[in-house]
Parts: sequence; structure tokens; C-alpha cells
Amino acid sequence: MAMEASEIVALIKAGLPDSEVTMRDLAGDGNHWHATVVSESFRGKSRVQQHQMVYAAIGEPMGGVLHALALQTELPKP
Amino acid sequence: MSIQDFIDSQVKSNDVVVFMKGTPQFPMCGFSGQVAQIFTLLGTDYKGINVLDSDEMRQGIKAYTNWPTIPQIFVKGEFVGGCDIVREMYQSGELQTLLEEKGIPVMGRASA
Repeated sequence: MAMEASEIVALIKAGLPDSEVTMRDLAGDGNHWHATVVSESFRGKSRVQQHQMVYAAIGEPMGGVLHALALQTELPKP
Repeated sequence: MSIQDFIDSQVKSNDVVVFMKGTPQFPMCGFSGQVAQIFTLLGTDYKGINVLDSDEMRQGIKAYTNWPTIPQIFVKGEFVGGCDIVREMYQSGELQTLLEEKGIPVMGRASA
């Protein structure tokens, strides 16, 4: 019941249209992902709020089907 | 007592609380294990609550914080975040600073 990287990226980008998403397969099993999300919309938000924005974009699968997503949020580099 | 009231009372009556899969001694998931390891390295006492003990707890904590994953870390009643945030804060030294600001002892960093 894993999710493809492309599905995860599509959900994040649909919720945060300006974002750049980089996926890394942590365990090589297609089931443990690391996502780096870069978005201008994170500006002025706390880390908790930034992660919540990504979780909200992913929606229902987060914490369910997609239980192992390590997340890093960043502002675009100037 | 409802599960939300129980969670609220735990969060407010302990300096550091970690809702996790497994226990501090035997974490049952890599992310919970990383958080346990960080607090062990810091020498910071914390209360671990095993969400695998009851589905009510597992769902209840997600509703309490509107946060979909476990572990979840609270310091002095405040939700700090999940594993990724706590690890980032530990690596940058922010976690140590936060704990000290809240008056929670950190090994080797106790103020005189």
C-alpha cells in the first residue's frame, strides 16, 4: 500500500502550486520517503505551520497509507 | 475523562511529553526511536506515551494537534512538532536552547 513518489509530488504541488519538491527513497523500498519542499508560501510561518501546510496538501493519505514521510521545508534561496 | 482531556492533562502536567510508537526503552518505529535517542543524548527526562496501547489514543493525539503522524513532542504544554522538526532543531542547537529557556535541564548545558 505504498505511494509512488510522483503521486506524493502531485498532491503537494496541487496544494502548494509554487513549491519545488525533491523526493528521496530512504530505504530503497518505495515506502519510506524523504521530501524536501521549497516554497515561498512558507515565509513567516513556524516550522509546525510549514509542515502542516504540506500535510494538508497531501490530505487523507498522510499518516495512513503514507505513514513514513520524512519532511524538510525550506524557503527559496535568494 | 475523555481522551482529549486525558491528553491535555498529560501535556500540561509534564515538562516534556512524547507521544510515540513503543516506549522510550523499546521504540517500535524508526521515527519514534530517533526522538528517543535525541532526548537520551541530551540527558533530558521525558514522559513517553505509547500510542500503540490504544487506538483511541492513536487517533486522539492526531485530533488534538491536527497533526497526522507519530511521534509528537510537547515541551511545557506547547506542541513542538514531529520527528523531522525535533531532529532539525537538535542539529541546529535550537532544541537545547528551547529546553533551557523553559528551565528544563540539558546535560552539559546547564546554566550556572
